Amino acid sequence: MAVSGLTGSRIRERRSAIGLRQADLARAVGISPAYLNLIEHNRRRIGGKLLVDLARELSVEPTQLSEGAEAAVLSQLRDAAARLSGAAAGQAAPELDRAEELVGRLPGWAGLVNAQARRISELERLVETLSDRLTHDPQLAASLHEMLSSVTAIRSAASILTETRDIDPDWQARFLRNVREESQRLSDSAEGLVAYLDTGGDMTERPLSPADELAAFIEAAGYHFAPLEEPRGGEAEIEALLETADTLRDPGAIAMARDMLGRYLADARAMQAGPFATSRTATDDPGRLAEAFGVGPDAVLRRIASLTGADSGLVACDGSGTLTLRKPIAGFSLPRFGAACPLWPLYRALVRPSQPVSALVEMPGRVGRRFLCHAICMPRATTGFSAPMVFEATMLILPAPDAGGPADPVGSTCRICPREGCAARREPSIMGDQG
Amino acid sequence: MPKKIVVVEDEPNITEAISFILSRDGWEVSTHANGETAAEAVRAAAPDAVVLDVMLPGRSGYEILQDLRADPEFAALPVLMLTARGQKKDRDLADRLGATRFMTKPFSNAEMLKALREIAGDLD
Repeated sequence: MAVSGLTGSRIRERRSAIGLRQADLARAVGISPAYLNLIEHNRRRIGGKLLVDLARELSVEPTQLSEGAEAAVLSQLRDAAARLSGAAAGQAAPELDRAEELVGRLPGWAGLVNAQARRISELERLVETLSDRLTHDPQLAASLHEMLSSVTAIRSAASILTETRDIDPDWQARFLRNVREESQRLSDSAEGLVAYLDTGGDMTERPLSPADELAAFIEAAGYHFAPLEEPRGGEAEIEALLETADTLRDPGAIAMARDMLGRYLADARAMQAGPFATSRTATDDPGRLAEAFGVGPDAVLRRIASLTGADSGLVACDGSGTLTLRKPIAGFSLPRFGAACPLWPLYRALVRPSQPVSALVEMPGRVGRRFLCHAICMPRATTGFSAPMVFEATMLILPAPDAGGPADPVGSTCRICPREGCAARREPSIMGDQG
Repeated sequence: MPKKIVVVEDEPNITEAISFILSRDGWEVSTHANGETAAEAVRAAAPDAVVLDVMLPGRSGYEILQDLRADPEFAALPVLMLTARGQKKDRDLADRLGATRFMTKPFSNAEMLKALREIAGDLD
């Protein structure tokens, strides 16, 4: 059977596999059999509620039917290939052009490759952290120095005591006392070192940086925190969320999450879900909503993302372009480590503070997925007139219909982006002649 | 006449042990524990050899060695460097600055005596 990368074909395959008739499936999701037939032959694109309904009837995850899932798995596979390219000399290179076939035919193995690639990068970072620590950790260096000094004194004194035949009793007493003193000191420093390394042992359980933990926390919640939506939600609810989050372990990550939730709470109070939804039926323009609620446009972008579940993505970055907030959306692949595509409207906004940017963008792929992005860069609270201004750019990512009008070609990150002749390219792609 | 040696080391128990074995070996030993004044103390003592620890309060053994080597009178003075770090870069640095010998802690008493006899010539 030919492997198809299209949603319709996958719906048809799944329906046949579980022996469901086209007419029955159509009725179950409230569409005509003719329309379902068009969908199954990839003549109509679907998404949103209908996709979710079909997935439910077919007992699969919506992402298994949508291209977003496949695109995400594909881009992870390419990323995995990029990380190990060159490292495996004498071994056949991964067949990048057949990655889709792997995902289609052997989704379990593709998932395993991705899971292993993720684990490898986590472990690589852990090794880096540990070797940094061995070389630069002042406490470790001081502790070892102390132990070596004690050992030196003990060895020297012990050798004097055993090798000096006619040693004067006063000297003998003195060196015996030195040995006792230094052994006490040695055992204290050894204990201290063991205690220190024991605490450090936790590091194997949290190989990620605080920023990665924060990202995992936001992703797990879908950037929606129900307790903070309640009218009485406050500091206590924030602390409760932090305590129950098993993705957060590093004290640094917890502090970052506390800041993020504090801001979420402020947004939720300024734009309560009910009234905000009502206003959105009147206008979807973030600028107008900002005016109506008396908040910054960046707050509106965050608020829309927090209330629209899987139908929106959100990213924010600081002045260096580093992503500081990330809520993923299917089909718009956010790089896990390293920098993103410089063509994202997020970065266009970053170089034009306070000016809104709205753009229709297209991700690479056989059927390029389109997204409507709204971005704005705002100054964050400054510390005074003489201090440098600190900016933050925020971008809301909404799915857009695939047809009609030009869209700006963008990507995820250069290493896995197939676009040729891109003026913004910063490093070569591993994708060769694709796209 | 006994040869003179200055031991620059801040760990009192190590200093005591080194002083003991060197005295028994016939050296006239003086000790100094402060990095900042060590170069001055060596100059004043005008010894036949120096045992110089690297990690000292105030100034490091490397800096003291550099000072001594810059003075023509002490450019050829035998200096045995002592350190708790035996990495190649530490050794290289000591070599470059003109240490006569390099020894890592912990050392054996016999090794130290042998090294000092070699670099300062046999005792009378």
